Amino acid sequence: MTLKRKDILSIADLEREEMDLILHTAESFKEVSMRDIKKVPALRGKTVINLFFEPSTRTRTSFELAAKRLSADVINISAGASSTTKHETLLDTSKNIQALQSDYIVVRHHSSGAAHFLASALHCSVINAGDGTHEHPSQGLLDLLTIKEKRGDFKGLKVVIVGDILHSRVANSDIHGLLKYGADVHLVGPPTLIPRGIEKWGVTVHYHLDEALASADVIILLRLQLERQGKSFFPTIREYSKLYGLNRRRLSLADPKCLVMHPGPINRGIEVTSEVADGLSSVILEQVTNGLAVRMALFFLLSGGSRE
Amino acid sequence: MSDPLEKILIKGGRILDPASNRDEVGDLLVEDGLIRELGPSIKAPNDCKTIDAKGKLVVPGLIDLHTHLREPGFEYKETVATATAAAAWGGFTTVCCMPNTEPVNDNQAVTEFILEKAKEEGIVHVLPVGAITKGSKGEELAEMAELVAAGCVAVSDDGLPVMNSQVMRQAMNYAKIFDVPVIDHCEDLNLTADGVMFEGEVSTALGLRGIPASSETVMVARDIELAELTGARVHLAHISTAGSVALIRDAKRRGVRVTAETCPHYFTLTDEAVRGYNSNAKMKPPLGAQSDQAAVRAGLADGTLEVIATDHAPHAADEKEQELDCAPFGIVGLETALPLSLRLVDEGVLSLMEAIRKLTAGPAAVLGKKTGRLEIGDRADISIIDPNAEWTVKAQSFKSLGKNSPFIGWTMKGRATAVIVAGKLIENALSSTG
Repeated sequence: MTLKRKDILSIADLEREEMDLILHTAESFKEVSMRDIKKVPALRGKTVINLFFEPSTRTRTSFELAAKRLSADVINISAGASSTTKHETLLDTSKNIQALQSDYIVVRHHSSGAAHFLASALHCSVINAGDGTHEHPSQGLLDLLTIKEKRGDFKGLKVVIVGDILHSRVANSDIHGLLKYGADVHLVGPPTLIPRGIEKWGVTVHYHLDEALASADVIILLRLQLERQGKSFFPTIREYSKLYGLNRRRLSLADPKCLVMHPGPINRGIEVTSEVADGLSSVILEQVTNGLAVRMALFFLLSGGSRE
Repeated sequence: MSDPLEKILIKGGRILDPASNRDEVGDLLVEDGLIRELGPSIKAPNDCKTIDAKGKLVVPGLIDLHTHLREPGFEYKETVATATAAAAWGGFTTVCCMPNTEPVNDNQAVTEFILEKAKEEGIVHVLPVGAITKGSKGEELAEMAELVAAGCVAVSDDGLPVMNSQVMRQAMNYAKIFDVPVIDHCEDLNLTADGVMFEGEVSTALGLRGIPASSETVMVARDIELAELTGARVHLAHISTAGSVALIRDAKRRGVRVTAETCPHYFTLTDEAVRGYNSNAKMKPPLGAQSDQAAVRAGLADGTLEVIATDHAPHAADEKEQELDCAPFGIVGLETALPLSLRLVDEGVLSLMEAIRKLTAGPAAVLGKKTGRLEIGDRADISIIDPNAEWTVKAQSFKSLGKNSPFIGWTMKGRATAVIVAGKLIENALSSTG
């Protein structure tokens, strides 16, 4: 089976079979990173351009390393400040990059829909590495892979996503993926940070963390963007942390085998106490390892690679 | 421009005049720029151009209460010449232009500039709307007496709504001296914040920042209160939400002096049109939910909304070809408003007479002008419409410089095959290219 699409823009538009294919392929790529020589020739001669309009270390590094392990050539462009100060439009910037005969553009941008915009304008493959508050599909897929490895099946699994749902592209991608696999998805956060009409997707919304955590199988914590403080979403970080921070007492309300996940970077002591983040339930570093495998799978499958 | 005006005899059309409720097949004679004769059969005088209007509608020239000409200041988006050409093509013989130009039309000089341009290059009548406040900053009142004397027919801070309720109260109060309508773009800028589309399921799915329906509705409520307090003539622009329609309906029932318009996109589209990050579906107020669209249609049907206006807002292609966050708000509308309004007739929302009224006598009444009607002795502003002509909307065929329409590619039914502007005939051919 092969992936019959040019771009990876969102989990919302992926079919269940496509997600299966990506996750299976990622599982087999995990083995490559365990080898002594961590490189396969699958993408030899291909060019990957990481076009990042927002600062990022882990996602950019993960895409870069994934492409390099497949033997592609990689260029990183931090377009944030330079292109906006020169008033070059997004379309012009990317057409210039395409003119360098790149095969993939991995794009992160502060505007929702920016990846869609590029995908419709360019003939190379576009991978969305996070667009505004819309989606971050590779993060969603690596979260699915991590849960699948630990739990095997999603059916009926109670997954609680905690925090700033409104501004979180990770939450959006996770929710779409989890619902497609039949998980029981719960969202918890202050009403000011829950998007309008999201219940209609088939999730349960809570405002109280304790209530949401009862017999949870997976807890996904979202990073709180500290600059939200003072913008009338919540009064102070202190109060936010009191209401929505995960600690040992709260974790004990969940199922004893409950997984704790976080897309990183963690605000220790705000979303989660260090004790829990570093505790036995935490699979935060496994997420990072799986991210690499998922991104290798995406490059490989978009190049027309197939899984026997 | 200085050609002697021809005599024009329009033969055998269905003459539809909402102001007098006339609806009969007959002839209409134009002479010296005026409507000379109306009747079942008029004998053609000498040297007369005859137009066969069999199967066509002969209606008062359409009036648009809400156009952005963009001149002065934004001539790369649109000019008086191109916008009025678009207006004529769309069946309009009069456009009211909003003051958010650069400089803002907040003084006599800008008003005179626009009117001079309109006289030199304009194809249809241009009626300027002056600013409510200096620079449309919402702080100090603009010199309204001077604006009105120079030719402004209304005042509005369209696009930059007056947020301070006390300033708005005083503006309404002061406008009573001149008996001009105060037109408000109802939007609470704090509720809008940095929203780019209607807040609801679609904005959540697309991850786009939402503008709640309340952003419009709370200002409609405020303006109704202030209209009641001051007794001024208040006209509410581009109404788009169910809540606003309900408030206006109730206010009218209580006898408040308030009038209201909506635009074709609000009764034709919903927020679903933004899917795919379509920047040609981005405007203010934003396209609402299905229930808002239904309420707007009901408001048109029961007379709560007496005017259909275009909110024609042209932008350059490279401004719209951007990520949705950066693309400016607004769409063009002069060349598609008529067929979209006629769809409401086909769909049983409005009678043909009522649909035409919302584009003629309705806006004329808001302005308090004896236009938008077909009376012997009136200036001959007439639109001749083929209600059955099918045509496809093509960007390259637009007369407007702006190609930013969500209706490109749509098949439309009905178009103005000709307009007569103060006795001057302009025939509208369908472009054969493209």
